Amino acid sequence: MSVLVIAELDSHGIKAATRSAICAASQLGEDVHLLVTGNDVAGIALEATKIAGVSKVLHADALAYAHGLAENLAPLLVQLAVNYSALVAAATSFGKNVLPRAAALLDVAMVSEVIQIINATTFVRPMYAGNINATVVAPAGLRILTIRPTVFEAVAATGGAAALETLTATAESGQTTWLSRDLVQLDRPELATARVVISGGRSLGSAEGFKSTLTPLADVLGAAIGATRAAVDAGMAPNDSQVGQTGTVVAPELYMAFGVSGAAQHVGGIKDSKVIVAVNIDADAPIFQVADYGLVADLFTVIPELEAALKAE
Amino acid sequence: MKILVSIKRVVDYQIRPRPAQDGLDVELTNVKMSINPFDENAVEGAVRLKEAGVASEVVVVAVGTAANQDVLRHALAMGADRAILIETPAVVQPLTAAKYLQAIVQREAPDLVLTGKQAIDDDAAETAQMLAGLLNWPQAMFASSIQLADGRATVVREIDGGQETLSLQLPAVISVDLRLNEPRFIKLPALMMAKKKPIETLPAADFSVSAPVLTVLQIAEPPARKPGKILNNVAELVAALRAEKVLP
Ligand SMILES: Cc1cc2nc3c(=O)[nH]c(=O)nc-3n(C[C@H](O)[C@@H](O)[C@H](O)COP(=O)(O)OP(=O)(O)OC[C@H]3O[C@@H](n4cnc5c(N)ncnc54)[C@H](O)[C@@H]3O)c2cc1C
Ligand SMILES: Cc1cc2nc3c(=O)[nH]c(=O)nc-3n(C[C@H](O)[C@H](O)[C@H](O)COP(=O)(O)OP(=O)(O)OC[C@H]3O[C@@H](n4cnc5c(N)ncnc54)[C@H](O)[C@@H]3O)c2cc1C
Repeated sequence: MSVLVIAELDSHGIKAATRSAICAASQLGEDVHLLVTGNDVAGIALEATKIAGVSKVLHADALAYAHGLAENLAPLLVQLAVNYSALVAAATSFGKNVLPRAAALLDVAMVSEVIQIINATTFVRPMYAGNINATVVAPAGLRILTIRPTVFEAVAATGGAAALETLTATAESGQTTWLSRDLVQLDRPELATARVVISGGRSLGSAEGFKSTLTPLADVLGAAIGATRAAVDAGMAPNDSQVGQTGTVVAPELYMAFGVSGAAQHVGGIKDSKVIVAVNIDADAPIFQVADYGLVADLFTVIPELEAALKAE
Repeated sequence: MKILVSIKRVVDYQIRPRPAQDGLDVELTNVKMSINPFDENAVEGAVRLKEAGVASEVVVVAVGTAANQDVLRHALAMGADRAILIETPAVVQPLTAAKYLQAIVQREAPDLVLTGKQAIDDDAAETAQMLAGLLNWPQAMFASSIQLADGRATVVREIDGGQETLSLQLPAVISVDLRLNEPRFIKLPALMMAKKKPIETLPAADFSVSAPVLTVLQIAEPPARKPGKILNNVAELVAALRAEKVLP
């Protein structure tokens, strides 16, 4: 049998998180197939045949698949599952929406947000905002997994030569109508995949302060900008910039936290970063417990100095 | 319109969990337990719909041990009308919880089920989607706004990089994000009133629910990061980051 990875698409094609899911799926020790669904996505399916490590691409096209609605995709997954030993997707808002619905229809106890694959049935997943890791064994038979994309390296987008098979689409549920999507326009790297992330907390004071303080430094570093929930709730930063247990989980090469206290829910989303830097006026702030390098200092002094030092080089 | 809200009793979010001695669960003895924060948002959302005259009854349900009485009382004090406890000997996993909730939905016939988007203990974020699948109802996950009119729900949901708006035919299952609302502070009179509201306890054995489960091999703290260094100034920081080769 083989393993089926469920692809997630955006306007640029297949998301990098899906290529991370392919990396994870290949650790299950079987052939990896990729399911590409959408409306008018034959070009993307063809492009997907080049992804490294995939032996077959399944392409299902229908208007009903255009927006990734779980009600329309779950029946397709149920139909395909008989041929597979595992269904795998990235633990993104798409994967988390679709896979549990399919798992219930298939009566499978799924494993969410896998961070390590020990063998084909044994997995490690975080709980309690990353304070605890659980090692769990899934029952034999069909396994359904979402994997945390930041811990599995995305396979190459090219170099493969998969077969391409076109499927007949399943029926539309008719229960749900997709109305609109409002994506924040990014003029800088995406938070989840950026190599450098700088984050600010509520101490930045205002939306204007948040932007004018962090943006110039982010420009110098080519960094994505993150925020704590407190900063988001205070209207200083957009919702989708929230980093943490209930926001985006990041694992950049460099994470710099400015005026962030280091609550467990925030730290749970940054722990896998390679190097963490914290700048906080309070020497006892919990963020210093996870930071590799700390400065007990005022962020409003440190940021301009840092910017100047980096520009000078 | 009747709304059913599922609630889970979890370790309070301010408590740092530790693995128990046997390494098969977290330490729960003498640990403060609370209503799952997202479920509090779900209860608040349902109660506001009742206060606005859109909903007529709010029923809360928990699946778990007898200890769940406290979180059910909390929900009643927030304004839910009545509570149901499906009493199980232990905490249940998402697919099992979804099957019990399915049985309650079949009994209560609500027009809408609200749940939290994830429980902050296991962080699975599965139960609502599973329930929707079992019922063959539409679903909207991670909702930050819900409007009900003409037998449909218009839901704004939080997705990676932004938001999306869906229109669902009722009945439906919606899981809610913290951004849906700010749960009310419970005042003493409300707490007293809640004591008079009914909690119906149904033994799990009354339901013929069976579901596959994950076996826990080990519960452990993740490997600690190596201890960090407090530096004296920006120049030292830049030098350290250069040495780590993480600057562009
Ligand atoms: C801020 C925050 C942080 C969290 N962090 C973590 C975390 O760090 N680790 C973590 O493991 N989990 C976290 N959760 C949730 C959870 O951890 C799960 O592990 C679990 O096993 C699977 O069950 P669940 O409760 O997660 O189900 P989920 O599918 O996550 O539950 C979703 C919803 O289903 C309903 N539900 C689930 N079980 C029951 C039940 N027995 N009775 C009634 N209703 C139920 C509740 O409405 C719940 O909100 C977090 C939640 C929040 C709000
Ligand atoms: C269910 C649940 C889920 C949650 N999920 C998340 C999540 O996903 N992500 C998240 O971030 N939070 C989350 N939270 C919130 C979290 O618990 C904290 O409240 C939040 O992270 C605190 O944000 P903060 O660090 O900006 O604010 P504070 O905790 O108020 O800290 C401000 C810090 O700034 C420092 N400071 C002040 N002025 C300066 C200055 N001039 N220079 C330098 N330092 C300064 C202070 O010393 C302090 O340490 C969640 C909470 C709950 C209950």
